[in-house]
Parts: sequence; structure tokens; C-alpha cells
Amino acid sequence: MLLIRCPYCEEERPELEFRNAGEAHIARPTNIAAESDDDFEKFFFIRANPKGVIYERWRHIHGCARFFNAVRDTVTDKFVMTYKAGEPKPAKLPGASK
Amino acid sequence: MAKAAAKTKAAAAPASVERRPALAGRALSAPGVKVEMLPPAERISLRAPEASLAALSKALGLTLPTKPKTSATKDGRTALWLGPDEWMIIDEAGNDPLADCAKVTALHSAVGISHRNVGISVAGPAAAATVNSGCPQDLSLEAFPVGAASRTILGKSEIVLLRIAADAFRVECWRSFSDYVFTLLSEAAGDAAN
Ligand SMILES: [Zn+2]
Repeated sequence: MLLIRCPYCEEERPELEFRNAGEAHIARPTNIAAESDDDFEKFFFIRANPKGVIYERWRHIHGCARFFNAVRDTVTDKFVMTYKAGEPKPAKLPGASK
Repeated sequence: MAKAAAKTKAAAAPASVERRPALAGRALSAPGVKVEMLPPAERISLRAPEASLAALSKALGLTLPTKPKTSATKDGRTALWLGPDEWMIIDEAGNDPLADCAKVTALHSAVGISHRNVGISVAGPAAAATVNSGCPQDLSLEAFPVGAASRTILGKSEIVLLRIAADAFRVECWRSFSDYVFTLLSEAAGDAAN
């Protein structure tokens, strides 16, 4: 079983307590009515889906119930780091080569 | 006319409003662990920002814990930290925490959940092994000491777990899940002893 560190519970907890909540750092348009159909499609449907490092929202649903962000490698399923919701995308990842 | 009505009423069986808690009285003893339903208790779900904690703590008569996975107990009342702004208060002394919070003017949300939940006691040397049969958390005394409290899962049901002694836990679950939770713990109790 994977252990995922919850930044609110401040410890690693079993993956069964968590739920994935999609890609993180997607900014909602400030004036959604003025969006073109193409821009709306990009915001609403199109996701990066990379092979490698992805920034995701996760929720500690069966724990503190908080949403937070996680950096995960989609190839190895390794959680690189987690951080609280609202915090900026980390500029440098721990253990990253570049 | 009034006399006749009174007569009919007296003949009918008296209306009953007796509350029957889910699984009341159920208990199972296995070598090394006993699983049993706990008596009814008063409970609230409390949400509040940091600025309200002092006033709420004063009204409730205990200090609301702010450290993850901890609880505070005083005079038969326990406050369990569930999230950064969320607590469950369990009162086993017959006092009403909802009434205590009603006096507080500081921003908060207190919702009575006394009858939404039931409590199950799991006690004995094999208590941790019994809970661990369906709960993936580390229940060693180092990771989950006496007084530790956490919302977590047991099998397919969400529970709130409180360690009341080195070899005793209180498992709180929604009453509609109680048959599942009790049965799972009972089966686990038989296995845990082996
Ligand atoms: Zn958490």
C-alpha cells in the first residue's frame, strides 16, 4: 500500500484514506462568460496527462477531509511531495536532477 | 362525548417513544479481545476557525486540541481533532455539548449527531490487531498513542478511532454502518487471538 503524506495531518497515511481529485493549478477564468468556445474547452476538458511528473489535487477524504496538492510520477506512481492547497507550484522538486 | 373518548384512549396500548439504539447490547468475547456496543452518548460535529477556539473551549469545559490525531478529555467529555477546523465532541456524562456551544457568539457551526453515530468498544490485549484487520493505520503505541484520535476507514466503512487505553479503542461509526462494522470487528476478534 502506498503511504501519502497529508500536509494537514503532517504525517504519512495509507492510500485508502485518500482520493484523487484531478490536475492541480488550473486557473478558473475570471470572466467565464467572455471565454471563447476554444478557450473554454482548453480550461474545462483538456488536461496535460503527462508521462512522468504530474501536479494533482488529492483529498484526504477519510482523514482530515482536506484537499491538498501532490506531485506524483505517473510512471513509478511515486509521490515526490505534497503541499497545502493554495500554495504555489513548487519551483524545485526534492531530488530533481534539474 | 369527552367521556367516551377518554374511555377509548385508556383501552388502547400506550403510545411508545422509546428510542432503541442500533445494535444495543450486542457484545462478543473472544480470547484476548471483547467487542461491545457502548451506551448512547451526546455528540456534536463542531467546525470553527482558530479565532473562535478560546471561547468554544471555555464553553465546552475543555481545551479543543489543535494538533493532528489528538484528543482532549475532561469530566466524561472528549474532543477529537478530525481536521484543521473540525472536531467531534463526545459526552458520556449526560451533559449536552450542543447547549454549551449555543451560548457562544464567536463564529462556529455545531451540529448534533448523537443519534447519527454509535460507539463500539474494542478492548483487550488483541484490540489493536482486531482494529487493524480492517484499518490500515499504524496502531503501534509509538504512532497511535493513548489519546490519539483519527477519522479513518475500517474495511469499506468510514470510522472515527480513539485510543482510550493501551489495549482499548472506541470505534465510532454511522449507525447505518454499525451492523457491518460490528460484524467485521467480531470476525476479526476471533482471528486476532490466533
Ligand atoms: Zn489529512
